[in-house]
Amino acid sequence: MNKKETNHPPKWATRLLASYCRPELLEDLQGDLNEFFERNLKARGKFIARLIYIIDVLKFLRSYTIQKPAFTNPFNRRPMLASYIKTSARVIRRNKLFSAINIVGLAVSMSVGLLIIAVVSDLSSYDNTLKNRERIYRVVTTAATADQPPMKLASTSWKAGVLIRQSIPGVESITILRRGFGGDARIDGNTVPVTGFYADEGFLDVFSFPLAKGSATTALREPHSVVLTQSTAKKLFGEADPMGKVLRFDTVNYMVTGVLEDIPKFSHLQFEILVSLSSIDLNKSTSDDQYMDWTNVYSNYVYVLLSKNSDLAAFSAALSRLDGRENAALPNRKIFLSAQPIRSIPAGAHMANDSGIVMPAAVLYILAGLALIILLSACFNYTNLSIARSLKRSREVGIRKVMGAQRGQVIGQFITESVILALLSLGFAFCIFLLLRGLFFSVDQRLQNIFSLDLSPGLVINFVLFAIGVGLVAGFLPALFYSKIKAVQVLKDASTIKVFRHISLRKTLVVIQYTFSLIFITATILGYQQYKGFLRFDLGFTTTNVLNIDMQDNKDEVFVKELARLPAVQMISRSSIISSLGSTYGTTVKYQDPPDSVGVDENIVDENYLPLHQYTFLAGRNFTPRPKDAPETEVIVNERLIRRFNIGHGNPEKAIGKVISMDDKRLTIIGVLKDFHYGTMESEIDPAILRYSAEPGGYVNVKITSDNLPATMVAIETLWKQIDKVHPLDARFYSDQIEHAYRWLSVMVEVVGLFALLAICISSLGLFGMVIYTMEKRVKEISIRKVLGAGEGVLVFLLSKSFLVLLLISALIALPVTWLFFEKVLLSKVAYHQPIQLGELFIGLFIVAGIAFVMIGVQTLKIVRANPAKVLKNE
Amino acid sequence: MKGTHLGEFEELVLLTIASLVSGAYSVAICDELSKHADRTVRLGVVHAVLNRLEEKGLVKSELGEASAIRGGKRKRFYFLTGAGKSSVVRAKEIRDQLWQKIPNLHLKRI
Repeated sequence: MNKKETNHPPKWATRLLASYCRPELLEDLQGDLNEFFERNLKARGKFIARLIYIIDVLKFLRSYTIQKPAFTNPFNRRPMLASYIKTSARVIRRNKLFSAINIVGLAVSMSVGLLIIAVVSDLSSYDNTLKNRERIYRVVTTAATADQPPMKLASTSWKAGVLIRQSIPGVESITILRRGFGGDARIDGNTVPVTGFYADEGFLDVFSFPLAKGSATTALREPHSVVLTQSTAKKLFGEADPMGKVLRFDTVNYMVTGVLEDIPKFSHLQFEILVSLSSIDLNKSTSDDQYMDWTNVYSNYVYVLLSKNSDLAAFSAALSRLDGRENAALPNRKIFLSAQPIRSIPAGAHMANDSGIVMPAAVLYILAGLALIILLSACFNYTNLSIARSLKRSREVGIRKVMGAQRGQVIGQFITESVILALLSLGFAFCIFLLLRGLFFSVDQRLQNIFSLDLSPGLVINFVLFAIGVGLVAGFLPALFYSKIKAVQVLKDASTIKVFRHISLRKTLVVIQYTFSLIFITATILGYQQYKGFLRFDLGFTTTNVLNIDMQDNKDEVFVKELARLPAVQMISRSSIISSLGSTYGTTVKYQDPPDSVGVDENIVDENYLPLHQYTFLAGRNFTPRPKDAPETEVIVNERLIRRFNIGHGNPEKAIGKVISMDDKRLTIIGVLKDFHYGTMESEIDPAILRYSAEPGGYVNVKITSDNLPATMVAIETLWKQIDKVHPLDARFYSDQIEHAYRWLSVMVEVVGLFALLAICISSLGLFGMVIYTMEKRVKEISIRKVLGAGEGVLVFLLSKSFLVLLLISALIALPVTWLFFEKVLLSKVAYHQPIQLGELFIGLFIVAGIAFVMIGVQTLKIVRANPAKVLKNE
Repeated sequence: MKGTHLGEFEELVLLTIASLVSGAYSVAICDELSKHADRTVRLGVVHAVLNRLEEKGLVKSELGEASAIRGGKRKRFYFLTGAGKSSVVRAKEIRDQLWQKIPNLHLKRI
């Protein structure tokens, strides 16, 4: 007999047979196979017998033995579904606390998910009004030089467009766009600023923007013709017919040859006006701007419409052949072309000079990742609480099974429950979504131009599908757990089911939740401290009460004189740019050794600029005023520059009087400034120079001391109106501008802060639920302990100990992780940053722990204070 | 016609079932056929035919008692139904009629 035990047919084959075979045939087949197996075992040995068994199992796989998939009659299934729904409604109603915790948690987390779905749906509907959206590609450029990392540009060279048109087959139509058209359009004394592109006549072939007036084939053909959008036409001409009317930009007249219907909001190209590309006089190229240069890749966009029977691969190959030919003539630069489908533009990779609106894909991924964490966290809650309730519910499952429920039906029941709960949450989530939407738009004004986040039927369907998905995920583990319960065991004694086997799983889930909560909140706090640090940072000059006015190409002479008369104005200076905000002007400087040239930051200022901003001189003096047309001779440099060139061996005093050269000019150093922040905190201080001009152009800096700021602003605005009637005054305080320069950081802090809030909400809810159910289970134990004389304090400690340990573990993971992330990843990229204070690291922990303490404390106290006599009498 | 048509192998299986009386289950049928027809008959083929015959209503089946030799699985015994009986009889009749038409002389020459 023993021998027979070992010589059994392969189990997996038996199982395979059972899995596919119809139940009514199964027994007979198994029997036959067994009989043959026994026979073969005796006759031909174990190995052959097993082999034949396996072959036979496979050979029985025939049409008449295979189980038909259990598509049971839908009329049978519907009552089951109705029963699931009815039972679910009862369960949700009976366990109000449990349901509330889960609904709130899921709603909070789903709202973020909804926001991201809406964002993605907006992005994917970009340009979908265009007829041939799937066949339109933008030609983009990767410019590589030997010593710099390659730069990705959305723009390309004009020449590339021309060459593609000439030499690449399979292109149905192609258009070249050039940015930078814009300015004040003048019609009979009326001035309206407009912006747009230069575009050639292929534009309206590639992009099927509908024309309200004019001909698509000829509108952009002749030089000096313009196509307006309807709203621009209205702005310029009112109700009159704009066709054939003349617009004036600077000294050139343009004729309106077409009117486009307004460009849809979801178009990545946004413009008010199109000017025929032929208006550009190619012969008038300036020295640094050869229109037709292969390397001039910064201002032109090329879009192609591939013909129906050509494909991207062939086109890309043709592009790389083309750039190979052209690059052969370039000594130390390489310019590569590639094609980018226009539907991938709105959420594409970040590229310089983008022609339209872009939301970097990385940002989307990060947001989606954070939302996923939050969502999973809420699903953990559901799983946790569902399994924690198993004492109550397993008996129900037992009875179901006794009544004949199959495993699938138990799973169905629990999944239905979680899906219904998720759909209920969707209602709340939607309300939160509406709030979030407002918040989202308030993060950055520009977002309103990119997104509408309006509801559409498709979006609503996506929302519902999303909710169902969440329900499935949340309900999966509990359903699996309950469906495995053995009826007999449960009905005999419910306490024997192995809930406790899952306790480590549940604890792990809680630890994960709290770890993320702590990471988020600590990151928020650290980020906020850094942000504050940037604003407080000593830039090397003062920015308090300095108002910077953008002159917008107006002459500043009169304006400055008028300003000086205002009593609140203490001092006025002028500069070509505002430093410390991230934008830079650069030039190349040489000293003695001609091949050694250095790129430096420069600012052109007048004589009042340095005193007004209280720059610190290490040596030398300020500029002396000089007439407009006098030759430039003086320069003030920063410490970094004299150290870079080792002028006067790095000694500021000795550097005075030395001469540096730039752009064929020789300038004498008359002053050395202590290093100041020309760029933002992210970058190291570079060598910088300040040059003098009586008319720097650009900005007027006004130092204001005023008790009545609004009145002063009104006064300034009145003065502005006198010199420029068209453009509104653009005056901003320096400190506000600096705040704006670090807006990305404060946005990040806000976003992470929001996620921190959500994560804490959800993990607190989860912990709350866990505490309640644990307490319920231990009521009797506590009462007995009390009767035996345990004090309240001891009991509270006893009950909360295990939760506090979980929190401690989370802190031990979260805090070092956050610290390392900030120290090694984020802040290592920022040249000047505040050191991370140990205290800041713990603030978040205290907040989270505080909330947890209160929750645990309240619950445990409630249990501990309960009258033991009552509790024990119940049994 | 299609429902009552008997293939050659089907006829053999039917006859075997009839000859085995009350002991006709898959393995026995398989063995019996192998013995008489002098060819290896695969179990899978027999099963397929039995299944088909049952679908046609020519045989019926019922489960027997469990036995140790089949790993505790019961045998499925097959019996001819009325239709089954009449179809074998008819098949035999057709053959007999044809046989009678063949003159002895002719047969010997073949």
